[in-house]
Amino acid sequence: MDFSLSTEQKEIFEVARKFAIKEMLPKAAEFDESAIFPREIIDKAWELGFTNTCIPSEYGGNGFSLLDAVTIGEALSYGCMGMYTSIMCNDLALSPIVIGGSAEQKEKFLRPFTEKPLLASFCLTEPSHGSDAAGIQSRIKEDGDDYILNGEKMWITNAGHADLLIVYCTIDPSLKHKGITAIVVPADLDGITVGKKENKMGQNCSDTCGIRFENVRVPKENVLGAVGEGWAIAMKTLDHSRPLVSTIALGGSVRAMDCSIDYANERKQFGIPISKHQSIQFMIADMAQKIEASRLLIQKAAWLSDNNLDSTLIASAAKAFTADSCMQITTDAVQIYGGYGYSREYPVEKLMRDAKLIQIYEGTSQIQRLVISRKVLGK
Amino acid sequence: MNIFVCVKQVPDTETKVQPNGDGTFIETSSIKWIMNPYDEFAVEQALLVKAANAGSTVTVLRVGGVKDTEALRTAMAMGADDAILVDAEDNLDSYTIAKSLKGAIDKSGKSADLILCGKQAIDDDCLQVPQVLATMMELPSVSVIVGFEQAGDTVTVKREIEGGALEIYEVKTPVVLATNKGINTPRYASLPGIMKAKRKPMQQLSLADVGVSLEDRRVVYSDFSLPPEKPAGKKFDAMDDAAAAGVVAEVVGLLRTEAKVL
Amino acid sequence: MANVLVFSETNNGNVKPVTLEILGKLTGQSIDVAVIGDLADDQVKVLAEYGAGKVHKLNGANLEKYSPEGYANALHGFISGGSYDYVMTGATSLAKDMVPRLATKFDAGMASDCVNFLFEGDTFQGTRPLFAGKCLAKVSLQGPKPHFITVRPNALGMPESPTAGAGTASDASVEAGEIRAAIKEIIASASEKVDLTEANIIISGGRAMKNPENFSILSEMADVIGATVGASRAAVDSGYAAPSMQVGQTGKTVSPSLYIACGISGAIQHLAGMRTSKVIVAINTDPDAPIFTKADYGIVGDLYKIVPIMTEEFKKILA
Repeated sequence: MDFSLSTEQKEIFEVARKFAIKEMLPKAAEFDESAIFPREIIDKAWELGFTNTCIPSEYGGNGFSLLDAVTIGEALSYGCMGMYTSIMCNDLALSPIVIGGSAEQKEKFLRPFTEKPLLASFCLTEPSHGSDAAGIQSRIKEDGDDYILNGEKMWITNAGHADLLIVYCTIDPSLKHKGITAIVVPADLDGITVGKKENKMGQNCSDTCGIRFENVRVPKENVLGAVGEGWAIAMKTLDHSRPLVSTIALGGSVRAMDCSIDYANERKQFGIPISKHQSIQFMIADMAQKIEASRLLIQKAAWLSDNNLDSTLIASAAKAFTADSCMQITTDAVQIYGGYGYSREYPVEKLMRDAKLIQIYEGTSQIQRLVISRKVLGK
Repeated sequence: MNIFVCVKQVPDTETKVQPNGDGTFIETSSIKWIMNPYDEFAVEQALLVKAANAGSTVTVLRVGGVKDTEALRTAMAMGADDAILVDAEDNLDSYTIAKSLKGAIDKSGKSADLILCGKQAIDDDCLQVPQVLATMMELPSVSVIVGFEQAGDTVTVKREIEGGALEIYEVKTPVVLATNKGINTPRYASLPGIMKAKRKPMQQLSLADVGVSLEDRRVVYSDFSLPPEKPAGKKFDAMDDAAAAGVVAEVVGLLRTEAKVL
Repeated sequence: MANVLVFSETNNGNVKPVTLEILGKLTGQSIDVAVIGDLADDQVKVLAEYGAGKVHKLNGANLEKYSPEGYANALHGFISGGSYDYVMTGATSLAKDMVPRLATKFDAGMASDCVNFLFEGDTFQGTRPLFAGKCLAKVSLQGPKPHFITVRPNALGMPESPTAGAGTASDASVEAGEIRAAIKEIIASASEKVDLTEANIIISGGRAMKNPENFSILSEMADVIGATVGASRAAVDSGYAAPSMQVGQTGKTVSPSLYIACGISGAIQHLAGMRTSKVIVAINTDPDAPIFTKADYGIVGDLYKIVPIMTEEFKKILA
């Protein structure tokens, strides 16, 4: 049993943390306020190798393990949760290709991402199907060598900037999850319309839009695995992506605790720094516990995945626990700051707004509990 | 060109510095080490010069403890080709550090065309090593440089002096240059760079290998202590116009004699 | 009694004040002073008042302007002819560059940037800050002599009643030797005000400035002491000052040697941006303003009366 990161992982963490503090943190408030897409940050992160961590080295990637990737994720999310959502979006979107794609598909679709800073979007959720993903309605119909894709997707991260879309659709909605198919759709095909950018509560720099597909002609060779294998690919993708999404909560939690500690040592009430008041000490102690536990869950989920062991339960536990913890920690951070915390002049209210999304996307905290309970109850 | 960069590993700027139990140095057990920030400019400048001069190599040198080699690995992850580490205590003086660096350069078997250092290390803040090393190697040096241009074997550098004025020097290589903030923007070590750095050679030498012993030290420190606590401020009442002139004269006087900021 | 040589730089023909600080602290030792180039008699007299025994004026070719090698070679030649135990000088830009080179020519050590020192018998014992002043340590020197020491300007302070020395002036001829790194040109610092984040002195105005025009009284004081003008968020939000002038959490974080806060109450957002200033002066009519808890020198008074008086005082003291 060894809980220490490798020398390289420590170095990777340090360089990512430095990047987060020097490049991301100073712009976090402005990008949030004006909902500026962090293109420059993503491009710089790509230059340094922080993006596309899932691409294997044989296709030009860095050959990172998931444990490497979550190490990067925690460090970058400290800078801005919203920016990191947009940075890690490629990992979510490209993982289905890594998991279900053929060698030719990987060469064709993954390698370009290692040659220039391209963006990809993972398109699963629909206006009327979120948690109930097996019920999606977007359809493909065979037409010669192609499929014709019709349907509508909702809450798609980076949609307005994506070069490649990984779309989940069905060959027949009545087949439920057995009909679901994952298909790679270049974003410039005819018939694709990206909706307006959603006006969100938090993570405002990250781009979120709906997408409409109208008679989009996609070559059959773009189907990942086979028709009807999409559901299995999506589930494996989530096992891989949930630890990564959890790092957004972890990085944000660490930032909220750091802010809280600094402020509690600085702010005086009743003649002493508020960090000397037990009520504040306990809130910070709770933050520290939750952060340690979050990190351990994430690392275990990543380790299981890297060793090809079943990580579904722990990945869901990590996602639910880190997201709920981050919500509590950022809420407490605002409480510690008092009136200043509620003001946009100070950094913690943004953390609280950003945190809320993590309990919702990539499977709500309730869906995670569903996954966990099915596992532990043996259903 | 054979380019050498001298780096030092220093406590992170955020570190809370505490004297150790017997006051012989600071407490180092829980310190996070980083590359001396001024040395990052030296590494970056070396990499820029390498890029502009085909066939150049960048060798990074460090004198210090072997337990944590953060600074050398960072430099190699940024793009330096190889590294030499002289294993020594972390509290050598400038003289023995410079002598060790010279010994390491001699041992490398390469003749140095350019030696770059940070202008000062943020631990002992001595600003000596580059000039001492240059003198030991019988080379010219320019310290605190904020600008660099090269034309063949001639370099033109800007040295920053008091009040922001600049001295422009023209000097032929080989030369020792000490970099200041402003000369460039150090790159980040990229993640592929970190992976590649694992395979780059790091030679390890002892002080004896470079002909240095602890008896060579010229400067000895003792009695490390925390600076005295800042006393509570002084408050003067000048609401009364009659008192104002006297109060202001007193405060301005104190700024000069007590606070010593004028 | 130690034999000490103090190397003095000059500024417009005057010896630098740090020389006199050092001389004052050397009472009881045998003290010589060396300068490169000529020195007027009145300056020799000043040196004598502060304790200089002999004053050596070193002249030779290629020493009109500074070069690290030329100065080090010239002083090396001169010092080799004497029997000095210590060579001391102010820790200026020039000395920081040149003295390490000079010391190494003697294979000798150097204590940089001492803020205090004393002699135990003939033996130097200094104090110097390390880790950016987070620590102090005693420093002593060993090995071949002379030993070299630089002293931080303004650290010792001017001696109040110095013991005079003979002040015998003499000329010495020295060789600059081979100069490989030579100054080709000097570019004077741009007259533009330094940026807040780099300023050594900052004068900031708060809500009490009432309008943009009133900032002129701060600018006048700033011109006198070479300061940069800043503002609190309240002043910026009220349109009295440009956003680029804002000091604080959402503005610039500054750490000048001297920060003068005028009519600033000291909201936590402002304090976050300037609390690392070395010395803080606060001027405010409210004696309970939080700024006074951070101020080294607090003046409870009306800035419109205090600032003009202070400007005049600065003029007097810096004349």
